[in-house]
Amino acid sequence: MEIKSQQSSMNIDLHEGRLIEELKRSSCEMMPEPSEWLDEEIKRNIIVSTVDKLLNWGRKTSLWTETAFTACCTFEFISLSSPRFDIARFGMEVLRSSPRHADLIITAGTLTWKMAPQIKRIYDQMAEPKWVIAMGSCGISGGIFADSYSVVPGYNRILPVDVYIPGCPPRPEALMAGIERLRKKIEKKSFTKVD
Amino acid sequence: MTTTMKGKQVFDMLKGELASAIVEVQDECLVVKPAKLTEVAGFIKHTQGLEFDYLSSATGIDYPDYFEVVYLFYSLEKNHRFTLRIRCADKADPVAPSLTCLWMGADLQEREIYDLLGIKFSGHPLLKRIFMWEGFEGHPLRKDFKNGF
Repeated sequence: MEIKSQQSSMNIDLHEGRLIEELKRSSCEMMPEPSEWLDEEIKRNIIVSTVDKLLNWGRKTSLWTETAFTACCTFEFISLSSPRFDIARFGMEVLRSSPRHADLIITAGTLTWKMAPQIKRIYDQMAEPKWVIAMGSCGISGGIFADSYSVVPGYNRILPVDVYIPGCPPRPEALMAGIERLRKKIEKKSFTKVD
Repeated sequence: MTTTMKGKQVFDMLKGELASAIVEVQDECLVVKPAKLTEVAGFIKHTQGLEFDYLSSATGIDYPDYFEVVYLFYSLEKNHRFTLRIRCADKADPVAPSLTCLWMGADLQEREIYDLLGIKFSGHPLLKRIFMWEGFEGHPLRKDFKNGF
């Protein structure tokens, strides 16, 4: 009985040894990289992602602003676009004079009814996708001019506003926070689902 | 330095019919009958020693009983200034004579007064709205104006 059990344990050891030798023989070379079949030039330049993420990334990191500023909040925007606050960090330093190049319209300032058709026209000329930031009290509700005979009480009477930034005027930091909110909003957009 | 002419000073220079056109002599201005405004204004523009060759601004005021139009004159030659006022008693349909025949600069100012206060200027070459759009109802700087929007 004793000899039998010794033999069987010996068989287990032999079996183990064979497995190790086999693995060792088959592992003489390193495993090939999964991208082995790719051309040398594009080997390190491929990222796997989703269509949503890719397109939204492109959109949110190159928001080009239309230069359609109606009043004093403009100066906060100018300050934001200059080196101290530097919206070049967000890929926004390109201000477009043509609405056909622009994605974003920042409604910096009071809008009068006489100017309203022009702003509406600029917005209509912008190519989709397009976004609107209502900047400052006047942009949100007409501000102190809300009861005036000549002022539009808030841009959302004529444009669909995405983000509201309160302040009179909002500081450049506030405008940056607003832009960040808009970027978050753009991220959520899905191309595979219907809104 | 620019000096301001006294109302009394200018009033004393007016003679005969022009003197009777003055309603009230104030410290630094004269209140004129609307019908005689162009004559008095022409007088202070062309008279030696006054020579108000520049109409600095014209503006309107809505008082409870009447509309007032205020004209501020400068003399670039003499470096002094003066004010004329007229009162339009008819609040329903205020009419004032236009000064565009003497100072072309009155053109836009009178259109502004017409637009915002509704005072009509007889003799104005092109009396239409300047700030508000055509089709706007009412005159927004009148005290009884109600914003419809």
